Amino acid sequence: MIEDAVRLIPADDSSWRLEAYLRRGGYQAARKAVTSMAPQDVIAEVRRSGLRGRGGAGFPAGLKWSFVPQGGTAPKYLCVNADEGEPGTFKDRAILVRNPHQLLEGIIIAAFGVGIGQAFIYVRGEYASIAGRLEEALAEARAKGFLGPGIFGSDFGLEVVVHFGAGAYICGEETALLESVEGRRGQPRLKPPFPAVVGLFRSPTVINNVETLSNIPSIIGRGADWFAAQGILKDGGTRLFGVSGAVRRPGLYELPVGTPLRTIIETHAGGPPDGVAIKAVVPGGLSAPVLRPDELDVPMDFDSLARAGSMLGSAGVIVIGDRTPILDVLEVTARFYAHESCGQCTPCRLGTSWIHKIVSRMAGGKGRPADLDLILDLAGGMKGRTICPMGDAAALPVHALVSKFRDELEQEFSR
Amino acid sequence: MSHAPSAATLKKIEGMIASYPERSAALLPVLRAVQEESGCVSPEAEAWVAAKLGIRPIQVREVLSFYTMFRLKPSGKTTIQVCRNLSCTLAGAEDIIGFLREKLRVGPDGTTPDGRITLVTVECLGNCDQAPCFQIDGVDHGRVTCESAAALIEELEAHD
Ligand SMILES: Cc1cc2nc3c(=O)[nH]c(=O)nc-3n(C[C@H](O)[C@H](O)[C@H](O)COP(=O)(O)O)c2cc1C
Ligand code: SF4
Ligand code: FES
Repeated sequence: MIEDAVRLIPADDSSWRLEAYLRRGGYQAARKAVTSMAPQDVIAEVRRSGLRGRGGAGFPAGLKWSFVPQGGTAPKYLCVNADEGEPGTFKDRAILVRNPHQLLEGIIIAAFGVGIGQAFIYVRGEYASIAGRLEEALAEARAKGFLGPGIFGSDFGLEVVVHFGAGAYICGEETALLESVEGRRGQPRLKPPFPAVVGLFRSPTVINNVETLSNIPSIIGRGADWFAAQGILKDGGTRLFGVSGAVRRPGLYELPVGTPLRTIIETHAGGPPDGVAIKAVVPGGLSAPVLRPDELDVPMDFDSLARAGSMLGSAGVIVIGDRTPILDVLEVTARFYAHESCGQCTPCRLGTSWIHKIVSRMAGGKGRPADLDLILDLAGGMKGRTICPMGDAAALPVHALVSKFRDELEQEFSR
Repeated sequence: MSHAPSAATLKKIEGMIASYPERSAALLPVLRAVQEESGCVSPEAEAWVAAKLGIRPIQVREVLSFYTMFRLKPSGKTTIQVCRNLSCTLAGAEDIIGFLREKLRVGPDGTTPDGRITLVTVECLGNCDQAPCFQIDGVDHGRVTCESAAALIEELEAHD
């Protein structure tokens, strides 16, 4: 077992308060960074740790920070991505509720390293009722002088504002998130310029996921080598694997990066219930292409999943049992992306809605044999032709469902 | 009628505006505060918010029409948001939705005739290990069954 001091989610449910966090050694890493390290050494340590972004894309965190122009007096911003909209994902919720101070400490260290004086935490509107603890944690940290001006007696200051979303999956995409914080529709921006150079309010901006930032205190506190050794080469640390669907023990499991998918499902989540066999597994949130039962020995790290033709994404594992028709899975998937496309790019707007219409027709018993190829064609036409990665995120899972379960789907036409 | 928020809401709104480097950035939180107080964002409130933040009314409308949590008209006193994304579907969300529609006698995304309860389906609520789940006025309920849903609704009705 991982000792409590370094866990993202402490075993004790009631230990979210400042006092408990301080007892676990909390805020010592922030103190160490702010009072004894040079900002560029903080960035170097995070780069060495092999920490990759937990929001979905897996971009190396320290490298991202190093793209922000150093020095100067113009404002720079940190946006914390707590939008957590990827279906099958519920890990950031757990951090917000059970360990908010570790997130705040990560925010302080990141802001110090990059030279940022203002952070926004973008919390999805659906989490408003659970965000009370985050707000309380902010108040506790402010009262202790961990936030505000002159932190730990230095001349480094940081303000943190909680900004609620209002129901739009696309606002999790980093540039849509920026638009949303600025008070507009969440429509992704064209890149370049990248947010590290031109981001929030036209200023250099770092955007990181809640879980990414929550890993920073132990990297600074225990060192990059310790952190890297928790995971695998080029992909350090542990991850919060969320398991839902057809398993005996759905829940969140904090395990080393690289733990095999089969171990997570069988050993930790208890495997499928009696009389149920696994038909398919979505390994990293709904956008991750589905895997077949013979593909589950894959280690859960970014590169291994990519080699397996899927992605680690948000590490939300959804297990589909053999009693669930693949057509049901396809219908939910198609409906979701058609609903959430922001509508800016024609391939995504039309592709998602046409695929949804065809799948609905199939579900209504009026499918035509040519439908499957038509879906594959439409999905193919979206890939790589859009402003933001959602075009791919919508196309790839649909493509995988249709191509891997073609036999089952074809039976729909003969019924 | 022009829109007039209460003194408490106005104070909250001034605080929101002060926490952003640009006034117009406070649009989402301000709309949220208005809706929380009035139940929806009326055309009068839209105009009020635009003037307050120094933006054009169309900019407010663009935002209102983009995000699903804003309401232009009042809905039921209580709103039940049932998740129907994958993990919840695997756990029987469609049965729960069918049961609630029948029990409340509402159609898809409808309000009960007495205006008390609005039932809507939503995408993933980020609570998938508790599937099937829904929120009642923003508060999470997990591992829902038809029986537990019925009990929650009866409780709601008893509280009226
Ligand atoms: C459609 C779409 C939705 C996304 N949703 C989220 C989200 O809910 N939370 C998140 O942290 N990242 C999300 N991302 C990834 C972000 O764009 C971005 O890569 C991430 O916040 C960067 O943080 P990280 O490097 O710490 O992972 C999404 C991306 C896309 C394309
Ligand atoms: S790919 Fe889709 S979601 Fe992304 S910008 Fe284009 S239309 Fe919007
Ligand atoms: S799928 Fe229902 S809460 Fe995630």
